[in-house]
Amino acid sequence: MNAQSVNLDGFAIEDSDLGLIAFNSPADPEPSLVLGSDGKIIEMDSRAAADFDVIDEFIARHGLDLSVVAEAMALSDLAFIRMVVDPNVSRAEVLRLAAGMTPAKLARSLSRLRPIELGMAMTKLRARRTPSNQAHVTNRSDDPLLLAADAATAAAFGFREIETTVPVLGDAPSNAIAVSIGAAVGSRGVLVQCSVEEALELEMGMRGLVSYAETISLYGTEQVFVDGDDTPWSKALLTSAYASRGIKMRVTSGGGSEALMGAAEGRSMFYLEARCVALARAIGSQGVQNGGIDSAAVAGSVPGGVRSLMAENVMVMARNLEACTGNDALMSESDVRRTSRTLPILLAGSDFITSGFGSIQRYDNMFGPSQWNAEDIDDFLVIQRDWGVDGGLRTADERNVAALRRRATDAVRAVYRQLGLADFTDEWVEQAIDAAGSKDVPESDLLTPLVAARIIRETGITMLDVVRALYETGFEIEATRILEMLKARVAGDYLQTAAIFDEAFNVLSLVTDPNDYAGPGSGYFPSADRQIEIDAIRQQKSVADLRAEQAEHKSVAFHSVGQAAVGNDPREVVIGVSPAVGRDIWRTLSGVSVIDALRELLAGLEEEGCIGRVVRVNTTLDLGMIGLSAARLSGSGIGIGLQGKGTALIHRRDLSPLANLELYSVAPSLDTSLYRLLGINAGRHAKGATPEPARNPYSDEAIEARYHTKVVALVDIERQLVDSELGIEELRIQL
Amino acid sequence: MSRVGASGRDLSEVTLEAVQENEVSMADLSIHPDTLEHQANVAETHSNPQLAANFRRAAELTALSDEEVLALYEALRPHRSTGEELNSTARSLEDRGAVLVAALFREAAEVYARRGLLRH
Repeated sequence: MNAQSVNLDGFAIEDSDLGLIAFNSPADPEPSLVLGSDGKIIEMDSRAAADFDVIDEFIARHGLDLSVVAEAMALSDLAFIRMVVDPNVSRAEVLRLAAGMTPAKLARSLSRLRPIELGMAMTKLRARRTPSNQAHVTNRSDDPLLLAADAATAAAFGFREIETTVPVLGDAPSNAIAVSIGAAVGSRGVLVQCSVEEALELEMGMRGLVSYAETISLYGTEQVFVDGDDTPWSKALLTSAYASRGIKMRVTSGGGSEALMGAAEGRSMFYLEARCVALARAIGSQGVQNGGIDSAAVAGSVPGGVRSLMAENVMVMARNLEACTGNDALMSESDVRRTSRTLPILLAGSDFITSGFGSIQRYDNMFGPSQWNAEDIDDFLVIQRDWGVDGGLRTADERNVAALRRRATDAVRAVYRQLGLADFTDEWVEQAIDAAGSKDVPESDLLTPLVAARIIRETGITMLDVVRALYETGFEIEATRILEMLKARVAGDYLQTAAIFDEAFNVLSLVTDPNDYAGPGSGYFPSADRQIEIDAIRQQKSVADLRAEQAEHKSVAFHSVGQAAVGNDPREVVIGVSPAVGRDIWRTLSGVSVIDALRELLAGLEEEGCIGRVVRVNTTLDLGMIGLSAARLSGSGIGIGLQGKGTALIHRRDLSPLANLELYSVAPSLDTSLYRLLGINAGRHAKGATPEPARNPYSDEAIEARYHTKVVALVDIERQLVDSELGIEELRIQL
Repeated sequence: MSRVGASGRDLSEVTLEAVQENEVSMADLSIHPDTLEHQANVAETHSNPQLAANFRRAAELTALSDEEVLALYEALRPHRSTGEELNSTARSLEDRGAVLVAALFREAAEVYARRGLLRH
């Protein structure tokens, strides 16, 4: 048990002094709000205004709706959270009251929601009706070609936001341009950010090199906030700076970050996060990325910590903000545990299910490995399909992706050459197109992006220059897409809460696509087209697919030679095959051809000095009846039944259909040696000798998951060929 | 209204051909303060007066160059400015009509002094 991957994770004994406590630390303040005679707040959460730290101060001055504080603070915690989950109470009403609640009040209330209630709250309170998802696209070498190819791939899989970052800070402008070009190749309207230090990030935004920003970090204690070289006022200015250039932004926070930096003041992670979320609203950010984020594993180490991560997201929604719901930094080595952490949010639906699905290889993720990575995309798509929920992703056709990757690398190569940033070799291009990750691009050279980025900064290249270069080098579609993204800044509609663009470049936001959940039968349902995308995973098969697969193994060895007669040779054993064998079914579930199975059965009989005869029992697909029918034709009274899918048994003419002598039931595990053994044993039964019954092969694999869909299809093929008039045919087999 | 950039140019003139001819600048692709005021009204009707206030501060910042905006941000970071510097920035912002951003600076001067976040 110790070898299980979950035991690589760290688990902490709750310790409120260190801030290692998810909810309700003894040091969390009692919720309170007192207004002075001038209508200003003179006490909040048991702290007098004179003692407010910068966070209290900003929230008290800007964050609360003073017209509802009396009503909201007087409401009991339970009364409020029952409204949160009650479909008869509107989202608007819950938000109206939450706007008058202090951080401690909202934290203590929401801490009492059970997991499923958090899910219901999320379904109802999130801002945007249509869920979405964000990808991380980075690599170890800041390779512009690989970044572009991977961004195009991410867009093809349905991500509507792409976040990149750098291992080398100086490379940032090059990464921003490469990812933007790649994203534009993949789809219209994909938003792109490059996460770096706040001032550089803003500068890139101003030059059009990115279309949104997210790494504007908030912390729940003054000490950590100031250690982060900011104050609520500098963050408020930054927030306005982005809006002043028409650029979408959200802030980042997350429980556990204060404990990680040793300055949690003994408070619970959830209370400190409540301060961050209240501050996010107060400074005028339209949204928050939270749910632990880089410190998700800290929250995960304490009792109730994973629940607190989801509760953080719900709190953002309750404050009427866009929620980008974590699930980015890998918080466990265990696949079971990390799935458990994400699943409730995927089921409930969120503005962005993850704030960074590593759509690239784990080793290339410069944020560190994600909770979900490229190798998990099939799992994620299957989970979406299993539950019929929209996690924002879709299956991308392999050939389509290959074409997009080529176009993305061609476009970046052309733009970099046109702007005098770099010349890429053919080898580099080819490697980047085919690469799973940067290890597959040995041609990549670390100096190229650095030089390119320096030229971009020094010569003041803007995204308009990129648009021009794309246009002049024949990438008109991409030029149009990037230009329309720049033009969106002028309209400003994507500054509103929870805005994304759909593929027709419509803004979906709190304003244009408001969440209208009001109980069962309401709220978001995937459109018919979107449902098809969710359902149509690449692995799905139809009976027609299975039939075609079988036809590839067609053999001409089977010849019907008329009605089968009863034999009288006591050494004779008749092998009865099911209706589709040698007509539509040619290969068993284990991959052994029906010819090979018959060859082994006949060889086994021969070893025992018996004579085999093969008939096709067209009257039934029941294996017991097939075996019994064969036995009744057999001179020895012993028959073998063989179904197309490979299941086989030995029967005797005087037994009832279901009482066979030996059954090989696990068809996917039957190899030729077992068919040989079955032949031998049938021969021994015929001679009256004692056979050694075969042991059914055992496997710990999910045999049923793997084969049951095929079984359904193969049985259907058999059923269609059942024909009682055709009776039992004698077959001549050319071995 | 929302088709006109900060430069006063209509978006219909911002075409690929115009970009190619070097006839488009980032100012043509910057949001107009009136548009931000409109977005502030939309935010208010969607129950987010703080987002509206942010858009109104942003509207004031549209008149400032990128460098000026970056400098304002830098000035508000901890231990960067004296109280007098913050207040004098507030006055100059007021002179330029940026009263909301100025209010942010005046608040900061007051709170930073109490919390020890001014430059000494």
